[in-house]
Amino acid sequence: MTDVLYELTDLSKKYTRGKESVAIFEDLTMTINRGDFIAIMGPSGSGKTTLLNLLGGIDKPSGGQVVCNGLRIDNLSQAKLAKWRSSHVGFIFQFYNLMPTLTAAQNVELPLLLTKLSSKERKRRVQTAMEVVKLAERAKHRPRQLSGGQQQRVAIARALVADPDVLLCDEPTGDLDRATADEILETLQLLNSELGKTIVMVTHDPAAAKYARRELHLDKGRFVETGAMA
Amino acid sequence: MISQISAVTSINLRSIPQRWGMSLATILSIALVVGVLLGFLAMANGFRATVSGTGSESIAVLLRSGSQAELNSGFGRDTVRLIETAPGVARDEDGAAILSAELYVITDATKRSTGNDASLSLRGVDDMAPRLRENFELVEGRMFAEGSNEIVVGEGVLREFSGFELNSTIRMGPNEWRVVGVFSTGGSVFDSEIWADIGTVQNLYQRGASYQSIRVQLDGETGLTELQDYAENEPRLDLDITTEKEFFAQSAGGLSNLIMYLGWPLAIIMAVGALAGAWNAMYASVDSRVREIATLRTLGFSGFAAFVGTLVESLLLAFIGGLVGALITYFVFDGVSASTMGGSFTQVVFSFAVTIQSVISGVVLALIVGLFGGFFPALRASRVPLLEVHG
Repeated sequence: MTDVLYELTDLSKKYTRGKESVAIFEDLTMTINRGDFIAIMGPSGSGKTTLLNLLGGIDKPSGGQVVCNGLRIDNLSQAKLAKWRSSHVGFIFQFYNLMPTLTAAQNVELPLLLTKLSSKERKRRVQTAMEVVKLAERAKHRPRQLSGGQQQRVAIARALVADPDVLLCDEPTGDLDRATADEILETLQLLNSELGKTIVMVTHDPAAAKYARRELHLDKGRFVETGAMA
Repeated sequence: MISQISAVTSINLRSIPQRWGMSLATILSIALVVGVLLGFLAMANGFRATVSGTGSESIAVLLRSGSQAELNSGFGRDTVRLIETAPGVARDEDGAAILSAELYVITDATKRSTGNDASLSLRGVDDMAPRLRENFELVEGRMFAEGSNEIVVGEGVLREFSGFELNSTIRMGPNEWRVVGVFSTGGSVFDSEIWADIGTVQNLYQRGASYQSIRVQLDGETGLTELQDYAENEPRLDLDITTEKEFFAQSAGGLSNLIMYLGWPLAIIMAVGALAGAWNAMYASVDSRVREIATLRTLGFSGFAAFVGTLVESLLLAFIGGLVGALITYFVFDGVSASTMGGSFTQVVFSFAVTIQSVISGVVLALIVGLFGGFFPALRASRVPLLEVHG
């Protein structure tokens, strides 16, 4: 099996604003290897989140190709993309995006409802995911009964539970104080180093980016690699 | 797919309390629609049950040909004599025809509910009349004495009109009558009548020896045909002969249909209003959960699951509204006694009847409102852009 997880070739994304066409990026080519932990930084409007959306199959490029695990995903139908996302991608959002009426465990179980796993097996996996993020004792709490950091941990458990190829994180610490943000980032780092999870994280925060193995700066539609950790 | 749908539906339903105001307004507007519909249906059903429930297959009603209602009918003693000897008429142990020749006049009485005067039937009968009414029972007092100004009144009259209490004297027109008995025929149209001796009624209303209807007990299954054949071939007779059941069914049809024709259009017009309410509530439901829906779809849930989940929420609100409307109508209207103008321009006392069939009709109407009210919002839910996940 190749070490390359994603291959982006000549990727472009344009938006139309009225009669005007605005290019977010053009001819973007890059690869992401398995086990990478990449921080994508850049000024507002540089296309960081758009790139994440293209990697996650929730947006389609204007041109070029997105290949993940040997499968070209940019030309899949919405239904096939939905199925692909459910088994290959875990999403972590800035504002957690938990279902307020469900308990933490029920939120974590959501991706497993798309599988053929038995109820017993689902419960077992939810328990494991909750233990990984050190929130097993809060399984029956609803999101409003949890702190911001705890809610983000639940979101991480939800992203992990179906054992996806990649975790895509959109400003995962943007809504948290420094100490809590560090805890979340340490958790992500642990998932990368201990479980080998590939992580692509969009962030404004240089301190957060330091937790990644690679930092990429997106500016005017081009990548500038600025640093790497061991 | 089922687990997806049940998860999305569960999330939707659990979030209803977060929008309780809008949801409650939807439930109440649908309850109102169903309440109005069931009110009309209860009225129509009650009236129909009272009038068409009256009458027997083994009793025939004889009216002058073409008269349709007793009020328009009329014939003399000679006609009664011919029927007394006619074939098809059952006879008692002494060989006498089981037959009741009756006179039917309209009188006024005061309604308890409004204090207004309304028309009532005063029926002149002899002692054969009770025998030709199924379920006749004298519940209080005694029957009137022959040749007296005594009356017996149906339970409906006692309930809905004032002045008919047992042993009281009541003036109707120029005459005073004494109430000596109260009878029941099990809620049929006769319970809305006053009965007196036929000779007295003929005298006081100057009707000579005339009659307006004859009721006969038919002799077996072929009795009706035999009697009809006889009447058709006897040149001195000019009569319409039907079973009593058919006679009342025809009388009931017109008014109960009129009530139904008023009730359904009114309910449907109101349903359109409730539809707008349901629409608003469901659009609000979808709009308030755009990010949740986008998140679920980003996780891999299908647009169809989002569609069904929203539709089920709408149907549930409508179903609750329908049940609330049905329950309120049942507790407020079922069994409530009322009176209205019957087939002979006299008051017929009947009870509102909220039947299972009409409850089902009401709930089905509510579900139709829920279905249409939820369809387009559900479509919107299924098409929420995935990029709203960052919203």
